[in-house]
Amino acid sequence: MQTILKGRAFKFGDDISTDLIIAGKYAHLRSNLPELAKHVMEDANPDFIKQVHQGDFIVGGSNFGLGSSREHAPLVIKMAGVSAVLAKSFARIFFRNAINQGLPALICNTDKINQGDQLEVNLEEGVIINISKDEKYTFTKIPAVMLSILNDGGLIPYINKHGDFKI
Amino acid sequence: MGKTLSEKILSAKSGLDVKAGEIIISPVDLVFVQDTTGPLTVRQFKAGRNQTLANPARSAIFIDHSSPSPNRALSNDHLFLRQFAAETGCLLFDTGNGVCHQLVAEKLANPGEVVVGADSHTVTAGGLCAFATGMGSSDIAVAWSLGKTWLRVPEAFSIRVTGMFSRGVGAKDLILHLIGMIGADGATYKALEFCGDTIDRMPMTQRLTIANMAVEAGAKVGLFPSDKITQEYLKRQGRRDKYKPLQPDTDAIYERTIDIDASKLEPTVAKPHTVDNTSLANNLKDVRINQAFIGTCTNGRLEDIAEAAAILKGKKVSEGVRLLVCPASRSIMLQANRAGYTNVIIEAGGLILPPGCAACLGLHQGVLGDGEVCISTANRNFKGRMGNPEGLIYLASTATAAASAITGHITDPREVL
Repeated sequence: MQTILKGRAFKFGDDISTDLIIAGKYAHLRSNLPELAKHVMEDANPDFIKQVHQGDFIVGGSNFGLGSSREHAPLVIKMAGVSAVLAKSFARIFFRNAINQGLPALICNTDKINQGDQLEVNLEEGVIINISKDEKYTFTKIPAVMLSILNDGGLIPYINKHGDFKI
Repeated sequence: MGKTLSEKILSAKSGLDVKAGEIIISPVDLVFVQDTTGPLTVRQFKAGRNQTLANPARSAIFIDHSSPSPNRALSNDHLFLRQFAAETGCLLFDTGNGVCHQLVAEKLANPGEVVVGADSHTVTAGGLCAFATGMGSSDIAVAWSLGKTWLRVPEAFSIRVTGMFSRGVGAKDLILHLIGMIGADGATYKALEFCGDTIDRMPMTQRLTIANMAVEAGAKVGLFPSDKITQEYLKRQGRRDKYKPLQPDTDAIYERTIDIDASKLEPTVAKPHTVDNTSLANNLKDVRINQAFIGTCTNGRLEDIAEAAAILKGKKVSEGVRLLVCPASRSIMLQANRAGYTNVIIEAGGLILPPGCAACLGLHQGVLGDGEVCISTANRNFKGRMGNPEGLIYLASTATAAASAITGHITDPREVL
């Protein structure tokens, strides 16, 4: 997968639940992913889908992705063109689901990142450059097993390639 | 060195001597999906190279979250899942059977097993001392095909509960109190392991309520010891042979120990829009309600329906309040009917919904209008959860919800007992 990611920051607060990422009321669209993806982040920021561009980042606070196990949450974030989610901490299931969908979920201090900041993320070096502010942050290393899954583009491609877990 | 319950179960399963922090591969004993996560799981499974279920008899599909279906798209998802069940020979629990987590407890999960489900409240089976945890569709698809999964052995918090609950106070108040204390991310990636004399006496129905909400503190699993109460429950459910005693070692290493005196707890409520935003019911008397919802995998068991009926007997639901009561399974509904509980609720002005998830997640049967307030026995009050971001959800015990339905505002149940 691409190791240098570039885009703008879309800032969100703490406790962004999977209901805010993709509301349960849209369950009837879960077999129609392009339609479902139009509602990503709707109840947190209704303009998000109109403003997001390919490569942009979702930047959250703590406990990003709490709630339901719906893998549709990272899936629609990825479909919207988002290249990575940055947060101070992630809820356990969302973190695993994001990696399983090939979406980098990076743990770092997001306090200094503002809405609209231009960011460059180097996945290999573990560094985030805030171009707008000329600042540099580091993110927590992704565990080895998850890094392999991410590098293969997600869990299904990983298992198809290796035939089993390689731990 | 001693082991926590999590370390014991995962050591036995993986055949290794495992400790917290290690990454292991574990066989899985039960792998399931429900109707809102199932279609994606089936598609991920079909995208895999191996398209055979490792163990069809221990792979299950539950049609509960939007059943009976409210619209064409979801009906077609249900068709898709039924077809997959027919093709693969996996277990299918169709419309009317009840909520997956209740059925897993009634029919499928056993102490010492590893249970994974494409639903965050899979943790419910921790009440039966199963290492039960929720995952997404890709993980479940792989667990279906390989019969195993990878896990990080969690560090554990010991939650030691002592003393007797006072009248009108119970398991739901305890878990809401705990989440209020440690926060919605207070136990992220951890196991919550419950012990103490209150837990030793606690009936299975309440253990399941508490285990169910472990994930609302971010936990991977909420575990109860397997003891005489577990044995009794399994016997009643026709699984006497599945019992095995399991306790943590006395010298197990816990990351944190939290002591709770059950006798000091009071009826507790989580206010919108996070589960850790707790307050005492007594402080929320000014909150008028439009809907009271009693049911779900948290509080839809026979004891809940019985408690609601006892509070509502001879009384009337307040004018302008809708009381929805939903037994969590067919078996619970039958028993509640036989015992006359459902009649009492209907006579009081409540209505009984078919076994399933009902109003909990906003797909049907009780979606809130703008600005409406619901007191609910479910486990989540996130913005938009009940189908409308303008709705307000307060989480409470069955007793608090039933008392509030009578008065029309949030009420400490001790006022009506």
